[in-house]
Amino acid sequence: MDFLTIVQILDSSIRLATPLLLACLAGLFSERAGVFDIGLEGKMLVAAFFSAAIAATTGSVWLGLLAGVAASLVFAAIHGLASITFRGDQLISGVALNFLAAGTTVLIAQDWFAQGARTPALTGAARFAPIDLPFADALSGIPLLGPLYAQALSGHTILVYVGLLAVPATWYVLFRTRFGLRLRAVGENPGAVDTAGVSVIRLRYAAVLICGLLCGLAGAYLATGLAAGFTQDMTAGRGFIALAALIFAKWRPWYALWACLLFGFLQAVSNRYSTIDLWIVEIPNAFVIALPYILTVVILAGFVGRATPPRAGGVPYVKER
Amino acid sequence: MEKLPRWADIALVPILNLLLALIVSGIVVALIGQNPFEAMRIMVDGAVGSTYGWGYTLFYATNFIFTGLAVAVAFHAKLFNIGGEGQAQFGSLGVALVCLAVPWPHWTLALPAAILGGALFGAGWAAIPAYLQARRGSHIVITTIMFNFIASALLVYLLVGILKAPGMAPETARFPEGAYLPTARDIFAVIGVDFGYSPLNVTFLVALLAAWLVWLLLWRTRLGYEIRAFGHSEPAALYAGISPFRITMLAMLISGALAGLMAINAVMGEQQRLLQDNVLGAGFVGIAVALMGRSHPVGVLLAAILFGALYQGGAELEFETSVPRDMVVVIQALVILFTGALDGMTRSPLERVFLRFGRRAPEPGAPAE
Repeated sequence: MDFLTIVQILDSSIRLATPLLLACLAGLFSERAGVFDIGLEGKMLVAAFFSAAIAATTGSVWLGLLAGVAASLVFAAIHGLASITFRGDQLISGVALNFLAAGTTVLIAQDWFAQGARTPALTGAARFAPIDLPFADALSGIPLLGPLYAQALSGHTILVYVGLLAVPATWYVLFRTRFGLRLRAVGENPGAVDTAGVSVIRLRYAAVLICGLLCGLAGAYLATGLAAGFTQDMTAGRGFIALAALIFAKWRPWYALWACLLFGFLQAVSNRYSTIDLWIVEIPNAFVIALPYILTVVILAGFVGRATPPRAGGVPYVKER
Repeated sequence: MEKLPRWADIALVPILNLLLALIVSGIVVALIGQNPFEAMRIMVDGAVGSTYGWGYTLFYATNFIFTGLAVAVAFHAKLFNIGGEGQAQFGSLGVALVCLAVPWPHWTLALPAAILGGALFGAGWAAIPAYLQARRGSHIVITTIMFNFIASALLVYLLVGILKAPGMAPETARFPEGAYLPTARDIFAVIGVDFGYSPLNVTFLVALLAAWLVWLLLWRTRLGYEIRAFGHSEPAALYAGISPFRITMLAMLISGALAGLMAINAVMGEQQRLLQDNVLGAGFVGIAVALMGRSHPVGVLLAAILFGALYQGGAELEFETSVPRDMVVVIQALVILFTGALDGMTRSPLERVFLRFGRRAPEPGAPAE
């Protein structure tokens, strides 16, 4: 394996990690506030469809992005309504929203474009263009680091950098602001937050909507950055890998970055090689694909570091009377 | 004090929720430019208008009875088994191995063996998440989701590798003819009735038997009582000397075994070979079925037939109009949403109505609550 191959794999790792990262941070906000969300997949899927559909019809990727985020926010609001206002089961609501996304995207795609559950291929301004980071050309001559910077890190679309910047932003919001402190408290002990006179309902809605926003970005990136258009079920389990990454990262933003990069790397490797020859053992592709899930189960089992979810996660808050 | 009378709890609320789901589905159909009433007519007619339609409806229903019972048994122990999909996939591996291992002379011999294989493999796939939940406190929802993906990767691996039959497609060889199950057409032909061609087979009877056994288990045995007690209140169950580890394990093993049995219908009854994906989302439909059926075997049975009709009707809808069969997925999503997650939306206004009008005149002699 030569150096160029490594650079190419890293480049595609970053690209594949981005939707995972955005969705993972989305889940982070929601779950830190005590609202479990297994509907990340569904929100990404509707966002992917609406961003591609609107980008295809208007020719503007930015309008597409807005539409994608709006669709994801609607789904987030339904999840909020079910799990916060009506105190329903958060897991069941997530399952329902995943199905709703899978069904409606196909239905609307067929109705609007009649091309068999896909949008027309996006070209030109309907897609996000790659951005060259400053000095990428000048620095590419430097051995080792130069190509890494110029080819692996530079030349992605804007949402990739948004995703990377969302990590420190999430960390800052959650751990350095009053809103973040309250948000984390609401996921651990909502009763205490309520006693302090802060609205549990409002905080949880805020978290769920931030989750919707980030899932919207993730979905829009899938359809307008990573691919050129929407295809049926294009999220292909990424929402669940993001969920796995969230547990793997123990609900922490910086760990989430590394977890998503790792899972993105695994996807990049499995896309490139059908089997991996490690001198004596041959690792089948299926194993590499399953590795994120296996790793998550191992982490969950608590054999390698314990992952403790927010304490009030999954429990609707009922104010004492 | 019970806020709702029993009949309202087990019939009125689910029916109202189902109606809401159907109304919203109708709006969706109208939005994509079709007449919802016409769509409804096509679906009903396609599902139950002929023996052919009934055959497919009950064939799908058979799958959903198994997966629905699987989810329901776990629900009784307050475990959300979202891994029916993976357990059914792994169960299909068990069924296929049994069918391929022996040149079966007759289906009456092959069926019990395949039942054992499917149940064992399904239960086996549920065992690890169950153990991790019971002993290490790993959230069963997440582990079972992960196990769904692992099962599908494993099956892909086996079907392009060791189990692959010669040829292009990643599938096993066909099962020996002695492992073919008699279809409804064969059975009805014996008594001289012409039943339309469909994959409906003798597994439907196995599903009915399974529903009865689940009822027997939950309401007529000690273990069932313990499962339900554990589901109602873990501290109370612990106080009564019920081991949480044992109940979690047993409930999940039974749940996994039931999900695994689905493969009898799909793999042995229809495809007669192992494909990469033979569950096709039935594991998830089981969630909707168990929610609609209030986790009671009779409810599961009715809900499974309803969903079977939806699936068959959806296929007809695609055939006759431009509405894709994914419409069924939307309806299914709305049913889960309204009966599962938004239950409180219909329940609490109803409770208010019943509290206001229902309890004006308490029966004489009724004990004070």
